[in-house]
Amino acid sequence: MKTVMEVRNIKKQFGGIVAVDDVSFDVREGEILGIIGPNGSGKSTLFNCILGQLQPTAGDVHLEGRKVTGLRPCDLNKLGVSRTFQLLQVFPQLTVRENLVLAGQEHQGTMLTRLFGPRDAGLSGAADKMIDFFRLGHLTDEKASGLSYGQQKLLDAAMAFMAGPRLVLLDEPAGGVNLTMLQSLRDRLKAMNTEEGATFVVIEHNMEFVMALCTRILVLAEGKLIAEGDPATVRQNPKVIEAYLGH
Amino acid sequence: MADFVQLFISGLATGGIYALTAVGFTLLWQTSQTINFAQGEFVMLPAFFVLIAMGYFGMPFWLALAVAMIVTVIALGVAFKKVIIDPMITHGVLPIVIATIGISIFMKEAVREFYGADAWPFPPLAAATNITIFGAGIAVQSLLVLAISVAAVVLLQIFLSTTRTGRAMQATAQNPYVARLLGVRVERMILYTFMINAALVMIASLLITPIYLAKFTNGELLGLYAFIAAIIGGFNQMRGAIAGGLILGVIDNFTAAYISTQYRLVVPLFFLIVIILFRPQGLLGRVEERTV
Amino acid sequence: MRRYRKPAAIAALTLFGAFLLIAPQLFKPYGVFILSTWVVMSIAAVGLNLTLGYAGQVSLAQAAFVGIGSYITAWLTTHGWPFWPTYFFAFFACFAVGWLLGYPALRVQHHYLAFVTLAFNTLVYLVFRNEEWLTNGIYGIMNVPRPSVLGWSMNHPHNLYYFLLAHLVFISVMTWLLIQSPWGRAFVAVRENPIRALSLGIDTRRYTLMAFAIGAGLGGIAGSLYAPLVQFIDPTPFALTLSLNLLLMVVVGGSGYFFGPFLGAIVAVLLPEWLRFAQGFYLMAYAVLVVGLMVFCPTGLLGLLDRIFSTRTTPPGQPEAAALAAAGPASEMAR
Repeated sequence: MKTVMEVRNIKKQFGGIVAVDDVSFDVREGEILGIIGPNGSGKSTLFNCILGQLQPTAGDVHLEGRKVTGLRPCDLNKLGVSRTFQLLQVFPQLTVRENLVLAGQEHQGTMLTRLFGPRDAGLSGAADKMIDFFRLGHLTDEKASGLSYGQQKLLDAAMAFMAGPRLVLLDEPAGGVNLTMLQSLRDRLKAMNTEEGATFVVIEHNMEFVMALCTRILVLAEGKLIAEGDPATVRQNPKVIEAYLGH
Repeated sequence: MADFVQLFISGLATGGIYALTAVGFTLLWQTSQTINFAQGEFVMLPAFFVLIAMGYFGMPFWLALAVAMIVTVIALGVAFKKVIIDPMITHGVLPIVIATIGISIFMKEAVREFYGADAWPFPPLAAATNITIFGAGIAVQSLLVLAISVAAVVLLQIFLSTTRTGRAMQATAQNPYVARLLGVRVERMILYTFMINAALVMIASLLITPIYLAKFTNGELLGLYAFIAAIIGGFNQMRGAIAGGLILGVIDNFTAAYISTQYRLVVPLFFLIVIILFRPQGLLGRVEERTV
Repeated sequence: MRRYRKPAAIAALTLFGAFLLIAPQLFKPYGVFILSTWVVMSIAAVGLNLTLGYAGQVSLAQAAFVGIGSYITAWLTTHGWPFWPTYFFAFFACFAVGWLLGYPALRVQHHYLAFVTLAFNTLVYLVFRNEEWLTNGIYGIMNVPRPSVLGWSMNHPHNLYYFLLAHLVFISVMTWLLIQSPWGRAFVAVRENPIRALSLGIDTRRYTLMAFAIGAGLGGIAGSLYAPLVQFIDPTPFALTLSLNLLLMVVVGGSGYFFGPFLGAIVAVLLPEWLRFAQGFYLMAYAVLVVGLMVFCPTGLLGLLDRIFSTRTTPPGQPEAAALAAAGPASEMAR
């Protein structure tokens, strides 16, 4: 199986605090990799290091063989890596469709064509398709601020997919979403994975969500990788149980 | 050599005044994201309070000083914060910038209209005598100014790092959200920084006005220098403001003496640009994590 | 009130447009001159609004660009050049300078652009004042000729006014098209949420640089038009004060609103004139009004109108406010 991403010996230090300590793993094509761990275990920091938001103190990231450590997030995005954030980040003043066009526009054409070309950068069709896929059709022309939290979460995920990425990193996609929306979200993500062959890495606290969605799981605690494997095995790993239940 | 020492010392003296102004400026920025474009005028004004107290109310100098300090802390500290800054604080930096620009204009014009456009003498804190160090004639005035500015800043540092209130203020400056969680009364701490700033500008005013005379335009250049000093030193660190102020004072003095006076401003501005481009955290500042 | 938003806007615009067209008939020559000044300042403010209101970058150098444009046109036209080439030259020169200035300055934290532009403006002013061989220093360049367009001489103040107005309309239309394009959408994204924008592939650095450079170019155009209007160019108008004034125009009008700069320019150009009766106090009254305006409607005049006429609770140019409102106390941690 092809490796989409290789993360090697990532370390991130803030002054005296080591937030991420020598973490290494592979992301295999087509899988849904979950990263779990108690609060403060360094999951989001790890993401930020991989995605260029932070410079890792040490370590490297390779995307299909190409070194991408420390690249700016926009450059990484153009290489096919997308993400969502823990704190919801859609653009409240733009409509649903405009949010999606925005998410895709930098992957079409050049600066010049974006200046002189059509208003929607030719993406209205693609945006509509995405809207249908995520079942937001009745909200196409609503301003994003008018959507419910769960709907905004769906929009957020949809934006991450607009560029047809090879790899999507989702940071706590289930956070704050009610049960019905959760079903919908999990269902759409699974569909993206099987239909479009998108590879995911998901940070999540919601155990049920993670166990049902992910094919493989990594467990982080205090910045270190303490367990790796399929959901059932990891669940029973004594180190994992100890990390969650505390010392 | 004698000239050099003289320029250096008097440069440090003016630098001390810049440092005071820059420290207040930095404090306001750190705790409440307030960029006070009127900081220069804040230094210009208290001298006039003293002159009015002495001239119109016939108070002796020391009483006038005390009264002016109280008025300054209330007007430029408490009132400034509650009336002007508080309503705008949730709307980002810009409205405050514009409002403080307006305030600086208002203060300048008010002094010009109600007091006059001339330059008035202001009583110095020491007699105009010289002492000799390394063969150079150093004005006692310069040494006194330097000593007072340093003392003021040192006292402030001590206050901030040893007293409970001071440490609470530091916490507010670093992370208001966490400070609030820890039980720090953030609003009150911010009020204190405004009051401290008022005290600092009052001291700066006392130190600089005898040299430049009391004139309504005093604030213009001083404000700019405070800005530059704060940035060169490191906008997110008080120590930076002090270093920046002293360095700027010395550079400015040497530039005026050895390079043309026409382009006197160029050297500090040049430093500013160089620092921002090559060491944006300033000489002593902390590196801000890259977020873009 | 939301229903009345669009008709109210259209009515206001039509009335204002009509007023602008017939204004010369209503005013004395000095009044027409003031109005012409408003037109030129609006163009400079539109440029700054692009940089500040749409792309979220604070620039204190707009006056320097206006000055560069003015000096280019003044110098060239008094040396025999026709007007039009100097106009384009002013735009491209200022665009280039803006780009060169912004390229290193925007690589660092965004609030540093304000300081770099402040330094730049002061430096440019000093050069204007001291380099007599280039600019005639404090003596200035006199007798800047007014162009003639298609045989119509601009010497008559009414003709010049309509000429300037035509430019304003042209620039406004071009700016509108820019804002409606994908570039405009990217600008908004960069302003509202640069971190999110980056994660979507938007090169924030490049877009802010473009916004800054275009804004500078528009400042150059304003300067180029200013020269034949006042016919005497000296360093005084281009000091930091004008940059602050232009900033004021954009914020008071409503940063990030399309018509903000026009409204702001009205306040900054016309209000001091109306207050002239207060003589020595007029500047104080102006300052008090501006401070009051900022205290009571920090989102500017159009921000105030926006709140009255719609359900939108956060105005376009206030990303921090929007984030705070949307995400509650947790977002303060992210600050």
